[in-house]
Amino acid sequence: MPQEYKLILNHADEPGYTPDIECYLRHGGYDALKKAVALQPKDLPDGAKRSGPEQIRQEVMASGLRGRGGAGFSCGLKWSFVDRKSSKPIYLICNADESEPGTFKDRQIIYKDPHQLIEGVIISCFANDVHLAYIYIRGEMPDGAKLLNRALQEARAKNFLGKNILGTGYDLEMHVHRGAGAYICGEETGLIESLEGKRSYPRIKPPYFPAVLGLWMCPTIVNNVETLCNVKHIVAMGGAEFAKLGTPNNTGTRIVSLSGHVKKPGYYEIEIGKATIGELINDPAFGGGLRPGRSLKAIIPGGSSAKVFKAGEKFNIKGKEVDLLDLPYDFDTLIQAGSMSGSSAIIVMDDSTDIVEALANISEFYAHESCGQCTPCREGSLWMSKALHRLTHGEGRAQDADYLIKIADNIPGGRTICAFGEACSWPVQSFVAKFKDEFIAKGAADEKRHAKEVKGAGQARR
Amino acid sequence: MSFTVPANLEAGIDELISHYPVKRAASLMVLHALQEHFGWISQEAVEWTAKKLELQPINVYELVTFYPMLRQQPMGKYQIKVCRTLSCALGGAYELHKHFCEKLGLDARAHGPQTTKDGKFTVEFVECLASCGTAPVMMVNDEFHQGVSHAKADEIVGGCK
Ligand SMILES: Cc1cc2nc3c(=O)[nH]c(=O)nc-3n(C[C@H](O)[C@H](O)[C@H](O)COP(=O)(O)O)c2cc1C
Ligand code: SF4
Ligand code: FES
Repeated sequence: MPQEYKLILNHADEPGYTPDIECYLRHGGYDALKKAVALQPKDLPDGAKRSGPEQIRQEVMASGLRGRGGAGFSCGLKWSFVDRKSSKPIYLICNADESEPGTFKDRQIIYKDPHQLIEGVIISCFANDVHLAYIYIRGEMPDGAKLLNRALQEARAKNFLGKNILGTGYDLEMHVHRGAGAYICGEETGLIESLEGKRSYPRIKPPYFPAVLGLWMCPTIVNNVETLCNVKHIVAMGGAEFAKLGTPNNTGTRIVSLSGHVKKPGYYEIEIGKATIGELINDPAFGGGLRPGRSLKAIIPGGSSAKVFKAGEKFNIKGKEVDLLDLPYDFDTLIQAGSMSGSSAIIVMDDSTDIVEALANISEFYAHESCGQCTPCREGSLWMSKALHRLTHGEGRAQDADYLIKIADNIPGGRTICAFGEACSWPVQSFVAKFKDEFIAKGAADEKRHAKEVKGAGQARR
Repeated sequence: MSFTVPANLEAGIDELISHYPVKRAASLMVLHALQEHFGWISQEAVEWTAKKLELQPINVYELVTFYPMLRQQPMGKYQIKVCRTLSCALGGAYELHKHFCEKLGLDARAHGPQTTKDGKFTVEFVECLASCGTAPVMMVNDEFHQGVSHAKADEIVGGCK
């Protein structure tokens, strides 16, 4: 039986659990931080010493933790790229922009258990010799920002933050920075520009890898909220123990955001790869199935940027044919199936959904949110949205399907500064490819009706 | 009307600026603070911010024109923001938006924020508010509402005095 496994959300939804520090401390809060700062240097066989922070970084590497923000990149590797010899300060930014459509997991942590996040950030900062950190929270979470600010004050009062933390000589300051309603601020280099007080224009990589040239051109770590919470648990239980959760190369848990046409939409924390897409949608422990009398049409498996899956699709996974519903929900399988788990947000669409309308909705989002720096993305996202607007407003053409594909094929693949180019193209490429007949039929019907109207108008004049 | 920033607000802003080694980084936080107080970001507010942060006004103005939450004109006393993105759309967001517009005498098809003549309400669509599992969702100013039925919508409007 598939079931939830609550590591990050262990307490958040317990009756009586509150976001204040006293409650957090009663539940073992900040014990991992105490453990982290008390780590003694270890003697290595070659006579060298491994410092406490180095030991934590090694545990994170051993844990196999992959980023929960979208790309699923190894957290330990990311930290290993940080330029520690530049003599510049190293900064850490927690990405709490949570703006990938379909995703609502970080919200649960921020609103219900802010101290868990703060503890994760403090430990991550300690491990990376960071003395100034920011939590970049999206502007539309004003209460979340207030909660975090209050939690930071409480942590300061208990000396988990500030000067000489717990008498160790380690100093750290942390502040909350609010965005102002732009999706592109979730992209890490756009986020850095935004934090610097500029328009959120992503930077080109190379050379602007945050680990080397990030905030104020200093080495910078950007990690997602959920990723940083995991660091606390890795320190508490050890990297090897953490790696036993989930499946090989897909370790730990993930909070899956399930929305759309299911009986029980919500957030479900699972061991990665230990539940299938079908179970997440249909099992009573999770989505509880579709509404009565409905059948599945499509699902988007990893936030709106992820390529859509069509009901009944089969995939070749490691030489075996696997049905969509039997795909284990993890990083690697979904990539093999041609999409991604992205921000672990599943959007379910049943047979009542007009698939052209659904894509039009997504494309309108991207057209609105493109930052506008790169011509293919700025113009392409708008052209796609306009074509889809006319297709959903009685003005479509049969060849719009091919037109959409042509535009979408010409945006990604190194033609743009950031991955938004991919993000806006993937939905169009996959929706149109997999549901092409519906796009053509809609456009053809409009053309037919128009032809009739024109003919009718001509006859009336005679 | 002259533009004056009250002393306690300015003190709060100075505190915010102290969070950053580079003043410019405080721009968004300063603009949030000013908008919270004045309701929108006027030309005077832009110039005040620029001076405060030792920037050119264009450095601030380009933020006001980029970030959707920053307002270039006064808005209604109650700003109703309905999420229009996919999960909410599947959950009836467009119907909800139309319901608000009809109730308040606004054009549901017009582009951008619509404000009632008495300046009491502004209704607009916004993009995903990160609560897609409780669709449809919306905000009234800083207050968040989820699973908003039409009856609940009426209640919300009724509660705006
Ligand atoms: C267009 C775009 C939007 C993104 N939005 C978010 C977001 O809202 N939250 C987030 O954590 N990461 C987002 N990311 C991913 C970040 O760029 C970055 O990879 C992530 O914060 C790294 O953290 P992680 O390694 O812990 O996952 C986005 C990426 C792109 C290209
Ligand atoms: S790809 Fe799009 S969002 Fe990214 S930098 Fe270019 S224009 Fe901006
Ligand atoms: S789609 Fe409305 S909150 Fe995400």
